[in-house]
Amino acid sequence: MQIIQRNRLDFTPLSPDELSGEEMVRPETTYFRDVWRNLKKRKTAIASLVILALLVFMVLFGPMMNSYNYYSNDYSAANQGPSGEHWFGTDTLGRDLWTRVWVGGRVSLLIAILATIIPYAIGMLIGGVSGYFGGKIDMLIMRIIDVLMGIPSLIYDILLIMVLGSGSISTLVLAFTITGWLGSARTTRGLVLQLKEREFVMASTTLGASPMRIILRHLLPNTLGIIVVGMTMTIPSVIFAEAFLSFIGLGITPPNPSWGQLIKEASEVFKQYPYRFIIPCIFVGLTMLCFNLLGDGLRDALDPRLRS
Amino acid sequence: MVRYVLKRVLIALLTVFTLATVTFFLSKLLPGDPFMNEKIPTSVQEKQRAYYGLDRPVTEQYLIYMGNLVQGDLGTSIKYVGRSVWDIIREFFPVSAQLGLIALVFAEIVGLLFGILCAQYRNRWPDYVLMVFAILGIALPSMVIGPLIRYLFGVQLRWLPVGGWGKPEQMLMPAFVLGLGTIAGNTRSMRACMLAVITQDYVKTARAKGMSPLRVVMKHELKNSLVPMLANLGPMIAGVLMGSFVVEQIFVIPGLGKHFVNAVSTLDYPLIMGLTIFYGTFLVVMNLLVDILYGWVDPRIRVK
Amino acid sequence: MTEHILDVRDLAVSFFTYAGEVQAVRGITWHLDRHETVALVGESGCGKSVTIQTVMGLLQSPPGRVTGGSIHFEGLDMLKLTPRELRSIQGNRMSMIFQDPLSYLNPTMRVGEQIAESYRLHHRVNRREAQAKVREMMELISFPEPERNMRAFPHQLSGGMRQRIMVAMALICSPGILFADEPTTALDVTIQAQIIELMNELKEKLDTSIVLITHDLGVVANMAERIYVMYAGKIVERGSAADIFYRPRHPYTWGLLQSVPRLDARQDRVFRYIPGTPPDLLNPPAGCPFAARCPYACRACAAYMPEETDFENAHACRCWLYHEGAEELRKKAEADWKEQGKEVGSHGEEGAS
Repeated sequence: MQIIQRNRLDFTPLSPDELSGEEMVRPETTYFRDVWRNLKKRKTAIASLVILALLVFMVLFGPMMNSYNYYSNDYSAANQGPSGEHWFGTDTLGRDLWTRVWVGGRVSLLIAILATIIPYAIGMLIGGVSGYFGGKIDMLIMRIIDVLMGIPSLIYDILLIMVLGSGSISTLVLAFTITGWLGSARTTRGLVLQLKEREFVMASTTLGASPMRIILRHLLPNTLGIIVVGMTMTIPSVIFAEAFLSFIGLGITPPNPSWGQLIKEASEVFKQYPYRFIIPCIFVGLTMLCFNLLGDGLRDALDPRLRS
Repeated sequence: MVRYVLKRVLIALLTVFTLATVTFFLSKLLPGDPFMNEKIPTSVQEKQRAYYGLDRPVTEQYLIYMGNLVQGDLGTSIKYVGRSVWDIIREFFPVSAQLGLIALVFAEIVGLLFGILCAQYRNRWPDYVLMVFAILGIALPSMVIGPLIRYLFGVQLRWLPVGGWGKPEQMLMPAFVLGLGTIAGNTRSMRACMLAVITQDYVKTARAKGMSPLRVVMKHELKNSLVPMLANLGPMIAGVLMGSFVVEQIFVIPGLGKHFVNAVSTLDYPLIMGLTIFYGTFLVVMNLLVDILYGWVDPRIRVK
Repeated sequence: MTEHILDVRDLAVSFFTYAGEVQAVRGITWHLDRHETVALVGESGCGKSVTIQTVMGLLQSPPGRVTGGSIHFEGLDMLKLTPRELRSIQGNRMSMIFQDPLSYLNPTMRVGEQIAESYRLHHRVNRREAQAKVREMMELISFPEPERNMRAFPHQLSGGMRQRIMVAMALICSPGILFADEPTTALDVTIQAQIIELMNELKEKLDTSIVLITHDLGVVANMAERIYVMYAGKIVERGSAADIFYRPRHPYTWGLLQSVPRLDARQDRVFRYIPGTPPDLLNPPAGCPFAARCPYACRACAAYMPEETDFENAHACRCWLYHEGAEELRKKAEADWKEQGKEVGSHGEEGAS
C-alpha cells in the first residue's frame, strides 16, 4: 500500500509533455499483422499450413525422387506391394505408384486451385459491380443469380464435361468455373453493400475516382479477408468434386493420374490390394482436412467477435 | 407471406425453365444425336428423328422439346431399348428416395444434436471430440469411407451384407456412409449457429429473467439457431442426392443414382438429359419447399 | 435510517482477456434505498453496465470475474448464492431493462409470451393465469390494443412500443429493484419522455426502486434522486441530484454538465465537450484517471489516486482540488466554473458555494 505523504504533494500544474506520458496505450498493429498474430496462436491452423506446404513440395518434387515415370507399363512388375524399389508399390499395369500418387496430386491440386481462384475472381467482379452500382443492374444480376443458384452444380458439371469432352485439366476447370462463380458473387455483393457506405469510399468518390477504380482499388481489397476464407473452404469441395467425377468415370483420362482417378482404380481391386486404395485416400483426406482447418483458423482470426 | 411464396414459386419456375433450356442447347453440342446408334436400323433412326422432330430447325425443335417436357415426356433411353426415361425413374427412384430419406433423417437428427452439444460445451472435451469427428466426416468423402466400411464390416467381420437392397441390414451401411457428410456438416453449422445465437442480446434478457441454462437453450436458443439451419437443408438434400451416385455404386444398390452413373459410362445421352432435368427439378422443388418452410418459421421474413 | 435495499461495497470486476486483465470496475461503494431512484452516470466504458450486470449476477464468466468487494440485496450476500438461489431472484425480485429493445427481444417469439415468461417461471401458474396477468400488465402500461399486440412479433411494433414491452416484462413480478440500462438511448426524444414518465409512474404503483444507468443527464434530471458519477471504473463524485446539478465539485462532472446541449443557453455559447478519451483500463493510471483530460491537473493528480472529500449532505468527490495544498488552483477552477455558469445562464443560480 502506497502511503501518501500529504504534506509532500506537489500541486504544480502538469505540462502537456507529462500528460502525454499517460496516453501511452497498447502497441499499434496493422490489420494483417493482427490477423497473422491471431492465426499463429491457432496451432491446428499452423500445423495445417505446414502439412499443406509439405504436400505441395512433395507434389512438385516427389516424382523426381525415383527413376520411374507415371505412364510406363511394366507387366513384369505388376501388382507389387510397397518395397524398397517401388515405395508405394505398383498397379495392375506395373506403373510405379509413388510417382503416380505425386503426379496425381499435382493434377488434383492444380485443378482445385485453378477452379477456386478463377470462379472467385469472376464472382468478385460481378458481385462488386452489382453491389456498387445497385439499382436495376443489381436487381438483374441478383435475379439471374437467384435463378442459376437453383440449378444443382454437380449435375451440370457432368453435362458440361460430356459436352466439352472429358479428360483434361482445362475441361474440368472450365466446367467448375461456369457453375462456381455464383456463391462468391453473392458474398462479394453483400460485403460491398456494407463497405460502400464507409468514409474512405465516399472520400474517393468525392475526389472523382472512376467507379471501376473504386471497385478494384477500394472495395474488393477490403473484402479479401472473408473471400480468402471462402476460397480456403472451396478448395476441398473442388477436390471432392474431382474425385466424385473420376468415380463416375468423368475425370482425367488415363494414363494421366489424379487422386480421384487413383482412388477409383484402386477401389475396384480393394479386396486384393487395400494399400493401393488407402494411400491416395490418406492424401485426399489430409488435404481436405488441412484446408478445412486452415479455413476455420483464418475465419476465427478474422472475426473479432470470437477473439478472447 | 403470400407475396413471399409467390416470389419463390416464380423464381423456381424460372430456374426449371432455364435448366430445361440449357440442357436442350447443351445436348445440341453433344457429338452426334441421341439416335445415332449402330444397333438401330437407319430407317428406324430416321423415324425416331422425325418423331422427336430432330430433322427440323433448332428453334422449332426447342419448342417441340419444351412442349414434350410440359407434358412430362423426358425422352427415351437408348440402352434400355423402348423404355422411356419416366419408366426408369418410376422403377428405380423409390429405392434412391428411400435410401436418401433414411440417411437424411438420421443425419439431421444426429448432426443437430452433436452441434448443440458442441456449442454448450464449447472449448471443452465433448466439443473437441465431436469436432474431430465432424472434421473427419468432411475430410473423408463417401468414395473413401464407403469401400473401407464395406470391407471392414462386410468382408472382414461379415456383420453386414456387402450389397443389395430391401432388408434393413442391407440399408444400414449405405445410409450411414451417405449420411456421414451431412452429420459432419450439420454438426459444424449447428455449432456455429448456436454460438451466434448465444451472444445475442435477447439471450441476456432470458437469463435476466432467471431462467435455468437448459431452459434458455430450449426456449430461446434452439428455435433461433434452427432457423438458419433450415437454409442448409437444401444443399444437404443435394449432397445426399449426389452421394447416392457413389454409394449405390459401392453397395450395388439398384437405385436411380446407379443408373445415372451407368448412363454416363455407356453414353446414353437421352437418359442423361432426362435424368438431369428430373434431378434438377426435384432439387428446385425441394429448395422451394425449404424456402416456404423458412418463411413460415421466421416471422421476420414473412412480412418482407 | 432504514436498511439499504442494495448495498455494494468496494466492488471490483475484471475481464481476463488475451491482452491481460482489464479492470472494468475498480472498487466502488454505493447503495440504493427503498422507493428511491439513483443514477450511475458516465461515458460509455466507464464500468456502469458491468456494475449492474454483476449485481444482478449476469456477469459473463469467463472472461469476467469479481475480484473484490461485496453485494448485499435485502440482507442476502449476492456473491455467495448458489446458481439456483440466484435465478429465483433474477427476473423476480430484481429485473432489468436494456438499451435496444429490438435486439433484446427474441425475434421469433410473440411479445405476450415473452412478457408472461418470467411470471410463469417464478409463480406456479398455468398459461391462462399468466395470460390474464399479461393483460393486466398491458393495461397498467396503457398499451394500445393489448389483445392484438400480445400476439405480435417484436419487429411488428414501433421502438417505443417495444420498450414498453420491455418495461412490462421487467415489472411483471413486481421486483424490488429495477435496473434500467440506458433505457431511452435508442428511442426518439418524444418517446423518451413517455418511457421516463411510465417508469416513474410504475415505480410508485409497484413499489419498486430504480437504478438508472445513462450518460444522458436530461434523463437523470427527470428521474433520479441521487447520482453517482463514474469514470474509468471509479466513482468520482456522488450526491443528491440537486448537489450534482447545482453544486458539482469534480472537474469531470463540470465537463459532463457543460456538454449537455441546452435550449435556454445564450445563443453565442460554444458547445463544449471534454477533450481526449478515457484511459485504457488494461493498464490503469496510478493517479487520478481523469488527470490526462483535466484542465486543472497537477503533478499529484498523475501520481496518486485522490481520496474522497466529504461535503455536507452526503455529497462527496474524489479530487485533489479539495486538498488544502491546492487552494490556489481550486479558486481558479471555481472561478472558471462560475464564469461558465453565467454564460450558460442557469446552473449557477442556486449559488456554487
